[in-house]
Amino acid sequence: MTSIMFLQHLANGISLGSLYALIAIGYTMVYGILRLINFAHGDIFMMATYFAFFGVFFGLPWYVAFPITILLTVLLGMSVELTAYRSLRDAPKISIMISAIGASFLLENLAIVIFGGRPKAFPTEEIFTKVIHIGNISIQRLTFIIPVVTAILLIILSYLINKTKTGMAMRAVSKDHETARLMGINIDRTISATFAIGSALAAIGGVMWGLKFPQIQPLMGVMPGLKCFIAAVIGGIGSITGAVIGGFFLGVSEIMLVAFFQSMTGYRDAFAFIILIIVLLFKPTGIMGEKISEKV
Amino acid sequence: MMKRDYYLTSISLVLLVIFLYFADMYMDAYIIRILNLCAIYTILGLSMNLINGFTGLFSLGHAGFMAIGAYTTAILTLSVDAKVQNFFLEPIAAPLANVVWPFFPALLLAGILSALVGFLIGAPALRLKGDYLAIATLGFAEIIRVVFTNTQNITNGALGLKRIPPYTNLWWSFGIAVFTVIFMALLINSSYGRAFKAIREDEIAAESMGINLFKHKVMSFTIGAFFAGVGGGLLGNLLGTIDPAMFRFTLTFNILLIIVLGGMGSITGTVISAFVVTISLEALRFLDQPIDLGLFVIPGIAGMRMVVFSVLLMLVVLFYRHGLMGTNEFSWDKFLKVLRFKRPLLKGGKN
Repeated sequence: MTSIMFLQHLANGISLGSLYALIAIGYTMVYGILRLINFAHGDIFMMATYFAFFGVFFGLPWYVAFPITILLTVLLGMSVELTAYRSLRDAPKISIMISAIGASFLLENLAIVIFGGRPKAFPTEEIFTKVIHIGNISIQRLTFIIPVVTAILLIILSYLINKTKTGMAMRAVSKDHETARLMGINIDRTISATFAIGSALAAIGGVMWGLKFPQIQPLMGVMPGLKCFIAAVIGGIGSITGAVIGGFFLGVSEIMLVAFFQSMTGYRDAFAFIILIIVLLFKPTGIMGEKISEKV
Repeated sequence: MMKRDYYLTSISLVLLVIFLYFADMYMDAYIIRILNLCAIYTILGLSMNLINGFTGLFSLGHAGFMAIGAYTTAILTLSVDAKVQNFFLEPIAAPLANVVWPFFPALLLAGILSALVGFLIGAPALRLKGDYLAIATLGFAEIIRVVFTNTQNITNGALGLKRIPPYTNLWWSFGIAVFTVIFMALLINSSYGRAFKAIREDEIAAESMGINLFKHKVMSFTIGAFFAGVGGGLLGNLLGTIDPAMFRFTLTFNILLIIVLGGMGSITGTVISAFVVTISLEALRFLDQPIDLGLFVIPGIAGMRMVVFSVLLMLVVLFYRHGLMGTNEFSWDKFLKVLRFKRPLLKGGKN
C-alpha cells in the first residue's frame, strides 16, 4: 500500500462520506423534529436519481434537469409527510413507524412498476466524470466536486438553521411541540419545511450518487438509506454536525475496510451495522451526544 | 360453559383434521402449497406478534431468524449426494458433509439455534427502545444475511441450497401451526403473558409492579425467535430451494403486514390475516398479468401486486389502526352470539 494509493482511497472515502452526510442530514433533521425514523428517506433519494435520469433522458441539459429533480423531490418528500405522517401525529409510535415502512415500500414498488425493475444506466456528464491526473494519482473530477458541493450546502444549511425564522422555528419545534405552538409557530408548516430541506439534500445527494455509481435501480435506496441512518446515529441523532461527522466516518472507514482487508469485501454491508450496534451499546447518544448538539 | 367450549374446540380440531385429510388426498399441488404457506405464515405471524404485538418491542429482525431456521433445517436434511451437488464451488465443511437428520429433530434444532441467536442478540439489543431497537434488530438480520452470503463452505454462499427434500406437508405445517396457536394462547394467558402485556402498556408502571423488564423482554424475544426459526425451516423444506437474497427485509415486511392487518396483539387476528394475506397474495397475481376486458387489454405490470399491498398496509395504519381484531380474541361465546342474532331468554330471564 503506497501513500499514493492511500490518498486515492482517502479521496474516494471522502466523496462517499459526503454523499452519506447529505442523506444522513435528512434523517437526523426529521428524527430531531418528529422522533421518527423516516424509512422512506432512502427511497426519496432513489426517486431523485430516477427524476434526474428521466430529465436527461428526455433531452434536458443537466443544468435544467437537476434543478427540476430537486424541485420534484422536495414535492415528493412533502407529500410523503402529508399523507403518511401528518394524520398520525398523535398516534402511538409503533403505528407511525409502520406507516413509514409502508411509505418506503410503496415508493419502492411504485418505482418498480413505473420505471421497471431492470437497472438503468445513469447518464454520465463529461464535465463531472472527466478523469484528471495529479502526479501519479488519477481521479474523477466528481471526487472533488462532491465534497465541495457538500461543503457549500452545509454552509447554506447552517445559515438556514441558525439565522432564519424557519430555522429558529425548527429548533423550537424539535425542543417542544407544545411550547413552540404556544409561541405562535405553525408546527405543520415547520415540519413540512424540514422534510423539504431533507428531501432537497437527498435529491442533490441522489444526483451525485447517480453520477458516481451510474447504475440505478428501484431498490438502490435501501442500503444507502440504512447506512445513512446509521451515520446519523453514530454522529448523535438530532445533531446536524453529528450526521456530517458520522457520514464521513462511515464513508471513509468503509472504503478503507475494502481497500486494506480485501478478504472482508463481502462483509462491507454488514460493517455499518456492526458499528451501529457497537455505538448503540456503548454510547447510544453518538459522537456529538445530545447536550452539545444543535438540534433541529 | 367451559365444557361446551372444550367440546366445540375438539370438534373443530377434528373437522380440521378431516379437511386436511381430504385436502391432502384430492386437492392439486398448487392449492396444497398455498395452504402450507398459510399455515407457515400463521406460525411466523404469531411469533412476530408475540414480540411486537404482545410485548410491544418493535423488532424487525424476523427474516434473520427465519434464515437461521431455514438453513439449519436444509443443511441437516439434505441428502449426502445432494450436498455434493450443491457445494461444487467449495466442499461443505467436513462435520456437516455426512449428517442427514430426520425432519423433526432438524426443525427442533433449527428453532433452538434461532432462539439461541435471538437470546444472544436480545440480551444486548433489548436495552434499546423504540426505533433504536427496530434499527438494531434490522441490522442484526442484515448481518446474519451477509454472513450467510459469505460462509461458502457452510451455507453455499449466494448460490443458495437446492434440492432440499420437500418434507413439509399439510400435516407438519398445520400440526405445528395448531401447536403454536395453543402455545401462544396458553402463554399469553399465563403470568408471563400478563407481564408481557404490562410491559407493552407502560414499561415504568410494569417495572414498579415488580416485573423484571429485562428478563421478560428477552424471554419474549427468544420464544419469538424459536418459532420464527421453526417457521423458516418449514418454509425452506416447502420451497425446496433457499438463498440469502430470500431473507431480505421484504420478508419481514410481509409478516409485519400480517400482524398489522390482523391486529397487533391478537392471536385470532394473526391467524385470520395470515390466511387472508397469503391467499390474496396468490389471488392478486392476476394484477401482474395482462387483463383482457374484451374491448381493450390492460397491460400487466410486474410488481403491481406489491403496490396494492403497500397501499393496503398504509390504509390500515392510517384509518383502521387496530386491524381486524384489535386486541380481541376469538371465543365461542361471541361466535355463538354472532351465529344466532337474538337468543330467546330462558325461563326466569336466564341466558
